[in-house]
Amino acid sequence: MKTLAELMAIKEATQQKMTVREDTGDDATRIVVGMATCGIAAGARPVLNAFVDEVAKRNLKGVTVSQTGCIGMCQYEPIVEVIQPGKEKVTYVKMTAEKVAKVVNDHIVNGNPVAEYTVSAIK
Amino acid sequence: MRELSLNILDVAQNSITAGASLITIEVKENTVDKTMLIGIYDNGKGMSEEQVKSVVDPFFTTRTTRKVGMGIPLFKMAAEQTGGGLEIKSELGVGTEVRAYFKTDSVDFTPLGDIASTVQMLITMNTDRDFVYKHIVNEKEFVADTREIKEILGDVPLDTYEVSQWLFEFIKENTEVLYI
Repeated sequence: MKTLAELMAIKEATQQKMTVREDTGDDATRIVVGMATCGIAAGARPVLNAFVDEVAKRNLKGVTVSQTGCIGMCQYEPIVEVIQPGKEKVTYVKMTAEKVAKVVNDHIVNGNPVAEYTVSAIK
Repeated sequence: MRELSLNILDVAQNSITAGASLITIEVKENTVDKTMLIGIYDNGKGMSEEQVKSVVDPFFTTRTTRKVGMGIPLFKMAAEQTGGGLEIKSELGVGTEVRAYFKTDSVDFTPLGDIASTVQMLITMNTDRDFVYKHIVNEKEFVADTREIKEILGDVPLDTYEVSQWLFEFIKENTEVLYI
């Protein structure tokens, strides 16, 4: 079972890897997940978790995952915004944990937003 | 909400918005009496008597951009539908305590769900705050305190992926053994 003692070992291992804290300045990509009552009820928690996992798994630098409140389109939650400097903000709607890998791969890594998941695709 | 832990995630956001530096989440279950208490206690800015009365009203919110606040009303409904209830104690400048009581043998009892994921998310998304997670089942107790964890970690941030993963497993495993 996991104990606090184990945390010490994780700390030491992490410190060795952690030379420079990844850049989270102005040129960073921000993935923002709506986590108000509407977002949470619609399933935002696994979506946020999936983004954190995917970003870590790919060891992406300069990408932060954070949360925000309700942006006023509750019926389309879980909503995720991807904000990159110099580019137009992309808003993904009705997100699921399953859709996350594609968004990270196509959009975050390769720069091509997944049009079919965005708010503009809603009829 | 499909899980009570999602209500916890939601209500704890209010504590964060209220500027709390310490948020305590308590889950206290008695498997003999079939009761569960869920408490969210903070040292945020607190509410006036008037505000306390109005937060259970879905058409009250502190937001100015919208007129509907569903967090507390949903939590209250989840408790009341089991035959339990919800109470709020709050004092301006001191903090707020929200307690919800459940009858776990009610057919309308919503399961607690993935509490480890909820607590992990609260902690890693708000590393500037401290959290105490206390889970009690009958006479067995598990407590996780970020102040203690931060002390061990030193300059390694709580939201480091490896730490976050450890945190999830730490909470999950230690909570599960309370039920064995």
